Amino acid sequence: MIDRRTLVGGGLAAPFLLGGLKGARAQDGGPLKIAFMYVGPIGDLGWSYQHDQGRLAVEEHFGDKVQTSYVESVPEGADAERVLRQMAQAGNKLIFATSFGFMQAVINVAKQFPDTVFEHCTGFQTAPNVGIYNGRFYEGRYVSGHLAGRMSQKKTIGYIGSFPIPENIMGINAYTLGAQRVIPDVTTKVVWVNSWYDPGKEAEAANALMDQGCDFIVQHTDSPAPVQAAEKRGVWCVGQASDMGRFGPERCLTSVVDDWASHYIKSTQHVLDGTWQSEDYWGGLAEESVVLTPWNDAVPADVQAELDQLVSEIKNKTTHPFQGEVKNQAGEVVVPAGTVISDADLLKMMYFVQGVDSTLPG
Amino acid sequence: MGDELSTAIAVIAATLRAGTPLVFAAIGELVAERAGVLNLGIEGMMLVGAVVGFMVAASTGLTPLGFVAAALAGMGAAAIYGALALNLMTNQVATGLALAIFGAGLAAFLGQSWVGIPLPGMALPFPETLRSIPVAGPILFGHDWLVYLSLLTVAGVAFFLHRTRGGLILRAVGENQESAHALGYPVLRIRWLATLFGGAMAGIGGGYLSLIYTPQWAENMTAGRGWIALALVVFATWRPWRVLLGAYVFGGVTILGLQIQAAGIAINSNLVAMTPYLATIIVLVLISRDATRIRLHTPASLARPFHPEA
Repeated sequence: MIDRRTLVGGGLAAPFLLGGLKGARAQDGGPLKIAFMYVGPIGDLGWSYQHDQGRLAVEEHFGDKVQTSYVESVPEGADAERVLRQMAQAGNKLIFATSFGFMQAVINVAKQFPDTVFEHCTGFQTAPNVGIYNGRFYEGRYVSGHLAGRMSQKKTIGYIGSFPIPENIMGINAYTLGAQRVIPDVTTKVVWVNSWYDPGKEAEAANALMDQGCDFIVQHTDSPAPVQAAEKRGVWCVGQASDMGRFGPERCLTSVVDDWASHYIKSTQHVLDGTWQSEDYWGGLAEESVVLTPWNDAVPADVQAELDQLVSEIKNKTTHPFQGEVKNQAGEVVVPAGTVISDADLLKMMYFVQGVDSTLPG
Repeated sequence: MGDELSTAIAVIAATLRAGTPLVFAAIGELVAERAGVLNLGIEGMMLVGAVVGFMVAASTGLTPLGFVAAALAGMGAAAIYGALALNLMTNQVATGLALAIFGAGLAAFLGQSWVGIPLPGMALPFPETLRSIPVAGPILFGHDWLVYLSLLTVAGVAFFLHRTRGGLILRAVGENQESAHALGYPVLRIRWLATLFGGAMAGIGGGYLSLIYTPQWAENMTAGRGWIALALVVFATWRPWRVLLGAYVFGGVTILGLQIQAAGIAINSNLVAMTPYLATIIVLVLISRDATRIRLHTPASLARPFHPEA
């Protein structure tokens, strides 16, 4: 058994080594080499798929001026650092690392390659050659929450989380606060699947939530399996990352889509021009980095109008999902009345708001 | 009380679903290993089965035909392994690992244009009247065809291995290839058949994921179940019924972890996520605390290449 394990480890590393070699055909003065590191397969039809759509948009926009490559399904851990180092050694001058768990690897490798620009998605650590970027997904969640408030009969709504990190937690809270606009005593149930991508487990998480009485499901994981599970049992749901409508033609009411193309094109342009600077880009509905797909016909017209109104309020900043007064589960005021939460506080959010029926894993 | 009962029923039903792909993959590997063939490529064979099954089912609209295709595709992948490891006598461990990686890549390649296509599920075998019987209905009659087929397969394999002459010969080949050869049994042919059976079962296990469990094709959708199936064979100490038990323990712990969370019970989800693996380690420790016992269980010729002349 020990032999098997060791060899399994060696076998898993092999594709990355090959990936590194493939990219090693470096050229000087040629096109700008850009590398993307994905946490899941690009065929996940979710998170990594959308990032790859962004990569393709960069290729289309810049043509011969750039040469892009990617490594998919990179585990968050020691492998990530190795893949990043190989990307930098292969002459890539702009590297996008597209998962929260790559943060430490990016910071470590960036120190060794000061001339290479790194951009890390959803993280919070920067360096002179490390920029961060993210989408304000919580804005989409807030609108989903309002929609859930209108469509839920049982006042119990579900959220499939990947990992208990701020990105998920702010989504859960925004969803709950959005639903409270309509149903003040709504209950949000949470299931963590501890994976970004495992269709089987995601579907079972959706089933578990429905078994526990949830009649509206949103997901923070990458495959359309929860949408399919909800469709099968006739429960409303919202798709994640990409348009998952065709997996739930009757029941998937909208999808919160990530659109990275504009940011990738902008960063590439800056690197080409030599004007790139480390920044913290956080685009939401207003920047169209987060997009809601057209409402399903099952959403009544008056509710659709309400949601459109809410989206435009968020866009012109007259409504913020986390505007005071917001209390955490313990009843302490976390956002005082008359204020909105700061981005810094959002990014380190590690508490649930009132209405979430779950305890944050310690 | 009613709530708790319905939760328990939901957990049991979901456990059977979650365990089924593992049952297929592990029972196939068990037969191969009992014949002395250690094929680590289950993950690859499952993925190839999943994608080919999906392609056939999506283009013909016939899910059962998809399963036939999945089994054949799994056998095809196993045949590559067989040609290398059995005929050319390459190292079984390395060849199996290569098959796992190759299968994943091949499946991703084949499936490129099949991503994002939803597939209608398959009709359930039992009528609504049976399924809606309280308690017994959802547990006994609420499942899809493949859940029942997996039970029949395990029963069939258990019967074959321990109650038939063919099973005895297969085990003899796995225990002592030289003696089996000396007695005139075609060692290579028997290993080939066991390998192909393993491939077909892995293919069906993969097909279960892409055709019924989550009816869609997505890259790497097995998400490590092939490796769990591999561990299950050891966990089960090469006994068919224990494979079934092990698969449901694995499936059940996963499902229970999700249900506990949905019920709002405060428990660390990381802890729950690692319990199946913890259970495997505990079983491994238990069965190997006695060196003779583990030797008694492990097929003695496992992973040994066979030279007829030697």
